[in-house]
Amino acid sequence: MIETSLEVDAVDRAIAGSLHLDGAVLPMLHAIQDELGYVPGFATDRIAEALNLSRAEIYGVVTFYHDFRSTPPGRHVVKVCRAEACQAMGADALVDHMKQRLGCDFHETSPSSAGSVTLEPVYCLGNCAVGPSLSIDGKLHGRVTKERFDDLAKTELG
Amino acid sequence: MTRVFVPLDASAKSVGADQVANALAMMDGVDVVRTGSRGMLWLEPMVEVETPRGRMAYGPVQAHDVPGLMAAGFLEGKPHPLSHGLTEEIPYLKQQERLTFARCGVIDPLDVADYEKHDGFKGLEAALRMSGAEIVDVVTKSGLRGRGGAAFPTGIKWKTVLDTPADQKYVVCNADEGDSGTFSDRMIMEGDPLVLIEGMIITAVAVGATKGFVYLRSEYPDAERVFGHAIEAAKKAGYLGDDVRGSGKAFHLELRRGAGSYVCGEETALLESLEGKRGVVRYRPPVPAVSGLFGKPTALNNVNTFASVPIILHRGADFYRDYGVGKSRGTVAFQLGGNVKHGGIVEKAFGLTLRQLVYDFGGGSASGRPIRCAQIGGPLGAYLPESEFDIPLDYEAFAAKNALVGHGGVVVFDDTVDMAKMARFAMEFCAIESCGKCTPCRIGARRGVELIDKLVKSKRREVEHDTLLDLCNTMTHASLCALGGLTAYPVESALRYFPEDFGLPVRN
Ligand SMILES: Cc1cc2nc3c(=O)[nH]c(=O)nc-3n(C[C@H](O)[C@H](O)[C@H](O)COP(=O)(O)O)c2cc1C
Ligand code: SF4
Ligand code: FES
Repeated sequence: MIETSLEVDAVDRAIAGSLHLDGAVLPMLHAIQDELGYVPGFATDRIAEALNLSRAEIYGVVTFYHDFRSTPPGRHVVKVCRAEACQAMGADALVDHMKQRLGCDFHETSPSSAGSVTLEPVYCLGNCAVGPSLSIDGKLHGRVTKERFDDLAKTELG
Repeated sequence: MTRVFVPLDASAKSVGADQVANALAMMDGVDVVRTGSRGMLWLEPMVEVETPRGRMAYGPVQAHDVPGLMAAGFLEGKPHPLSHGLTEEIPYLKQQERLTFARCGVIDPLDVADYEKHDGFKGLEAALRMSGAEIVDVVTKSGLRGRGGAAFPTGIKWKTVLDTPADQKYVVCNADEGDSGTFSDRMIMEGDPLVLIEGMIITAVAVGATKGFVYLRSEYPDAERVFGHAIEAAKKAGYLGDDVRGSGKAFHLELRRGAGSYVCGEETALLESLEGKRGVVRYRPPVPAVSGLFGKPTALNNVNTFASVPIILHRGADFYRDYGVGKSRGTVAFQLGGNVKHGGIVEKAFGLTLRQLVYDFGGGSASGRPIRCAQIGGPLGAYLPESEFDIPLDYEAFAAKNALVGHGGVVVFDDTVDMAKMARFAMEFCAIESCGKCTPCRIGARRGVELIDKLVKSKRREVEHDTLLDLCNTMTHASLCALGGLTAYPVESALRYFPEDFGLPVRN
């Protein structure tokens, strides 16, 4: 894949912004993903070079953590909680409903007719007393019934 | 202008607090103050009005309720169907013992002066008059044990750091709060972040560290925002920097974001992650107190552990020790969640029973159906059936039942729960989150999922059952860390108390 100048700028800025930190790898990866929505493959080489580490080491870090993705997500990222407290409030049925409505499974992106939404599972959002919970582009929503999800889909995922 | 308090807590916001704050801000005579949450999450968004009699609570309030509340005269604390009277008199709150959460929901979390007015930085003031060894001694005598899960005595850990000579020492806060069903770390960081900062400064002074890190899970963007501002506010007020309040001691604090890995809550994996590596668990010894971050002595504690330190230094070891039972001293902020009517924070001294927590505070199930069980202590905690709810919440009593108090999360289930499914989920979660270093966990968890699938369909269930118990035994005794080592707790407890869900005969 050929990197775009947008990607190159974002990666270089992220590296320059965190170079002074102890243990700079995660801050760099976060800065890149915050800006681009994903970590392009060549970023591994650039970070390795900047920190004088091997590419294998950086690649190992990028692939260890669930948060980092190597390809662009859809227009929106929805993370729905699969953990116990939300299950106790009916999260499984909510998840089935969401998958059906979006037309995609976990770790997939819905077709653009359904809004181009990337669906991810998450294991607790710290919202366990007002579940089921999900987040849309980082914004948390609680007490999410199927109906409330349909409303959110109209207002937030349109 | 009348002051009206609206939480900025993530849970409150997730059910509409921002919209309520905006609607209130447009009303004449209203001065909106954003606070943390009082922890009565079933009432969120809960709005409080300052009146001459004290703060009056209304909730759950939605933005469209605001005109009606104004018309009813809620600015004078007048009655309304959503009114709960004086906040402090609500039984859920009144019956608690709020030490760590004393200020949460009361003060403006980013106002240093407000914090100081409510006894803030009194613990640090006392600590700055003491030697490191004296501070460690007070914390040891208080009986404080780590609130992150392992319940290790905090003073003993600090003594090791203090006694290990080094050119650099660190204080690291574990704000990974990965346990499902827990949110007390998040609520402190959003509702009273300065108490965590104060606790970390005291620790640094005690052990001789000059640099600290807070490792916060990425699932908490609101906490990240609030805590980031709190660090800036503390710097400005001279509590962080090269010379902490003229003491001649330096302490610098940095906030770091995790990346969605549960095992990075395990302390050595956390340190690897902070160093910029894969979150793989380290062999020990050495313990982090001797060789931790970048190989230096490191005082690593949970958010609620650090947040309990200021009051211990301010009020003394005996004051704190007087709460609790046996070897479990002080208070814990229990977190009630799942299928429970009144979910939220219940800070109580150790020793109350699970039944009191789930029924007296929790009010029974949210669905109105009978409660079947609760999982205590996160995804690695045991499932206890309703018949066992008279067990006191105390570390040793739980350990005797092969269960955990852990970080204090209590997740309630009604009688529609399928325990074979929950056991399978525990194995699946372990497989997803395993760091991969040791075989019993990495491979065992996958085999566990397969075995449970086979068991519920099998005609020779007793055989699969024995194999599953054998696997649990291997994982318990041969795993390097508690992720693989404790996954058997939820699985075995589900098998023991609910065999019928697996199609196994009920034993007497
Ligand atoms: C798999 C695993 C996950 C853990 N997650 C956390 C966590 O999210 N937060 C936490 O404070 N401790 C967690 N712990 C416990 C830490 O390893 C450590 O005991 C604790 O942070 C020490 O602080 P404390 O003594 O104040 O509790 C976890 C342990 C394991 C094995
Ligand atoms: S038990 Fe699991 S998480 Fe812990 S060290 Fe072994 S593989 Fe890693
Ligand atoms: S279990 Fe879903 S938010 Fe905690």
